[in-house]
Amino acid sequence: MTKEEFIAKLNASLAEEFEVEESVLVPEAPIKETLELDSLSFVDLIALVESVSGVKVAGTEVAKIATFGELYDYVYERM
Amino acid sequence: MQKRVVITGMGIWSCLGSTLDEVAKSLYEGRSGIVFDPERKEMGFRSALTGCVPLPDLKGELSRAQRVFMPEQAMYAYCATRDALLDAGVDADYLAAHEVGLLYGNDSSTVPVVKAVDTMREKKDTTLCGSGAIFQSMNSTVTMNLDCIFKLKGINLTVSGACASGSHAIGIGALLIQNGLQEMVVCGGAQEVNPFCVGSFDGISAFSTRESEPQKASRPFDRDRDGLVPGGGAATVIIESYESAVRRGAHIYGEVLGYGFSGNGDHISSPNVDGPVRSLEMAVRRAGISTKDIGYINAHATSTHVGDANEAKAIRKVFGDRTVEVTSTKSQTGHEMWMAGASEVIYSMLMMKRGFIAPNLNFENPDEDSEGLIIPAERLEKHFDVFLSNSFGFGGTNSTLVIKNI
Repeated sequence: MTKEEFIAKLNASLAEEFEVEESVLVPEAPIKETLELDSLSFVDLIALVESVSGVKVAGTEVAKIATFGELYDYVYERM
Repeated sequence: MQKRVVITGMGIWSCLGSTLDEVAKSLYEGRSGIVFDPERKEMGFRSALTGCVPLPDLKGELSRAQRVFMPEQAMYAYCATRDALLDAGVDADYLAAHEVGLLYGNDSSTVPVVKAVDTMREKKDTTLCGSGAIFQSMNSTVTMNLDCIFKLKGINLTVSGACASGSHAIGIGALLIQNGLQEMVVCGGAQEVNPFCVGSFDGISAFSTRESEPQKASRPFDRDRDGLVPGGGAATVIIESYESAVRRGAHIYGEVLGYGFSGNGDHISSPNVDGPVRSLEMAVRRAGISTKDIGYINAHATSTHVGDANEAKAIRKVFGDRTVEVTSTKSQTGHEMWMAGASEVIYSMLMMKRGFIAPNLNFENPDEDSEGLIIPAERLEKHFDVFLSNSFGFGGTNSTLVIKNI
């Protein structure tokens, strides 16, 4: 899977799960504000990323990932 | 002096419909909500029969942040409660200004538990269960969800009394209002409808295996009954003090006259006669009426051999030679279990307000216990002003409500 294909697949899943338009899921956008995440729903982000990529993002790591671009890079490098 | 308790709102999500008018029409026409579910057969069920209850689509009505904590029975309960509050004329401003209570029957939440356990076993990582799993898995999932969605500020409690849960919720709510501890309580019962929640119940041979004729399978009191059919959904009634209802100018359906309860102190699955008798007698005594005043009995009768027989004996013992029409609406709905005590109050209320008794479907031949009862197999046009509703559950928990027309 190319990185573009991965990003498209992840964005489609994020849009469906968190009920946002795919157009807002751009590399520079902040994850927490865009998806309206709180401490509980961060868990759902971790579960969704794992289901799409097979990569488990540790809770301590996800807090350091601020934008979608950083998320794409972090996950794709570990796939 | 105890306060009078009245019913001012009703809402339901069931196999007979999702509005009061739809449900009343189904009752009037004697329509069965029971179907054959092929998925259950593939899973190894003895009986693949079930009540057919649609899953509500709440996307657009509730946010993702609200829905993520809701298993299916909480969705049913939300719809029933939304409609009941609307029916009662209770809006968000009223709920914000008053301590409205919540007592709801629920006694399982299977699918979220199964999913979480599957995830833990496969992934070896509890985080991957997701944020909603814990809240969906708890027995109190219905009350925790309803309380947060509707912003209720009174008592917030799940009643787990097996198949009498919904009835006990109404009875206990009435006690709180009678004693001045609450002015209004949202009461009800919810029941999940999926194979996982009833698989082990099927495993003890409790279900009818009349799969070739799904709509003839639930046949309470009939000589040839061979077990119950599981169903579900949710039902909500709004109860409040008579003074509160009058002050609000609310439409009053009826009055909760009496609540009786008892434990069998006996076998875990086999009901007896003495426990139900004491529940019936207590409800009639607390209602301050005679059995002669009761115009209809909505029986618990689930279509099992021992249960129906012992309930028939209990009714005959309490009512003596004086007979009154007895039916089980489970002939149409199957056994709605945790929901049944609340839904059957609504079914009975709809019949009382509209002057008929729905047919006890499939009652073709009495047995030695039911032959002493008047069990109409066809719809009966009849005016009555007081009904009695029985609900009995595993472990010997019994609840009886007596409700009067207003």
